[in-house]
Amino acid sequence: MQSSDKESNQGDSRRDFLKKSSLITAIALTPSVAVKAAENQADERFAELFEKIPLNITVNNKAYKTSIEPRVTLLDYLREELHLTGTKKGCDHGQCGACTVHVNGERVNSCLSLAVMNEGKKITTIEGLAKAEELHPMQAAFIKHDGFQCGYCTPGQIMSAVACVNEGHTNSRAEISEYMSGNICRCGAYPNIVDAIVEVSKGGMKA
Amino acid sequence: MINFQYLRTTSTKSALSLLIKDKNSKFLAGGTNLIDLMKRGVTAPEKLIDINHVPLKQIELVGDKIIIGALASNTAVAENTLVKEKLPLLAMALNAGASAQLRNVATVGGNMMQRTRCGYFYDTEMPCNKRQPGSGCGAIGGFNRMHAIFGTSDKCIAVHPSDMCVALVALDAVAVLASTKGERKVLFQDFHRLAGDTPQLDNNLKADEMIVRLEIPVNNLAKNSNYLKVRDRASYAFALVSVAAALEISNNKISDVRLAMGGVAHKPWRLTASENFLKGKEPSLENFEQAAKLAMTDAKGFGENDFKLQMAPNTIIEALTVAKSKA
Repeated sequence: MQSSDKESNQGDSRRDFLKKSSLITAIALTPSVAVKAAENQADERFAELFEKIPLNITVNNKAYKTSIEPRVTLLDYLREELHLTGTKKGCDHGQCGACTVHVNGERVNSCLSLAVMNEGKKITTIEGLAKAEELHPMQAAFIKHDGFQCGYCTPGQIMSAVACVNEGHTNSRAEISEYMSGNICRCGAYPNIVDAIVEVSKGGMKA
Repeated sequence: MINFQYLRTTSTKSALSLLIKDKNSKFLAGGTNLIDLMKRGVTAPEKLIDINHVPLKQIELVGDKIIIGALASNTAVAENTLVKEKLPLLAMALNAGASAQLRNVATVGGNMMQRTRCGYFYDTEMPCNKRQPGSGCGAIGGFNRMHAIFGTSDKCIAVHPSDMCVALVALDAVAVLASTKGERKVLFQDFHRLAGDTPQLDNNLKADEMIVRLEIPVNNLAKNSNYLKVRDRASYAFALVSVAAALEISNNKISDVRLAMGGVAHKPWRLTASENFLKGKEPSLENFEQAAKLAMTDAKGFGENDFKLQMAPNTIIEALTVAKSKA
């Protein structure tokens, strides 16, 4: 899992290739409205369409001041601009929960939120959970209870699990399962994930 | 996603004046459905008006009504003490929908405005009269396991996907809609519409209007309320059939009853004939069975969804039985 996120030393990395190829796609998919506007030489309208919006956002206690196209999702901003690739893109449609982050302390699917909607907000990603070398109790519990196999859904599972405990939805295994249902694990590590959450909730975790 | 202009506003008044300036603009609230539709190319507004900072998040008791702002999140409503105590049916329905992550962001108004999850509507390569009027309906004669059995038309057999709206129609909620000309009130039951010849229209909200709040009358149905959702997996799936059932029982007679179904029609489906039958009768299994039978009078299957013709009455009976048993 980790290796696929690392930049390769030989020639173009996978990430660079994806960036270049998506740029080509972006040109091919230039919106018809934009094309029409260009044809009409309505340069102002054209410029307006691609206008970047100022964005002030705090991610893992670090403040960022930038400007960004409105169509960029919070997920893409975190991964592509800030290179915080711990947050995963699974389905990209709000169905799998792999992209779960905390916005002002609440769990959300970052794939269905535009970055610009998060002006002034505080985001926490999986990278912001541990204190230096000390794992967050939920991270430690996932390791102890084997709460994963391939690991792809794990950052989302852990962010969701921390929120689930903070919300107080841990009164029974059934309640935990219900409130964790927005995070899909195709390896089927569910019972172990619930074990991890049960342990942390009993330990009086503070996130 | 095709790019768009993004505007942010902090008042209902400015939101409405921005809306009427450009007919290709849309309000952006939680975005959990709209952004998904934009990614898939099902819709491509040229302008998004972000209304998340408009102060419409109130949840309060005013006289004998509970007022809920259009921008209150699904979580805020479902976890609200007042709602849990006086309108448990609404809290149950909200918690049956989506996931914790989505409910944290999704709003009341956005939930009302969400589009059908019909696969033909989502797949831009397929015919769909709702997405592209006149292109045909892929679901009629196609894959229609999730589709409607009531109030269908030969243009569209899609269902409205909301759970919250099923509870609201049962609770006699009123939607308050604002435009630059003022406010108007619509009974929740009349907010959504059947597909008819214009399936592209999901509801009766006008192009220059904005949902601002709900007004829900307090009732005596809280104790014996139940929302039963039947789906392909135990959680986080759209309804095959869902039933909102609420009873007021005095001296072993049903003095008030509300019944509505989800997953079966283009709008939340209120079971008025069944309610009228049950009023004044004993809350017995026999009467519940009769009410369920009455509910199915005009039902029609389309092949793959024929199983709903049996599942729907069974779910009504079970929902009523559980509602009655709540002490």
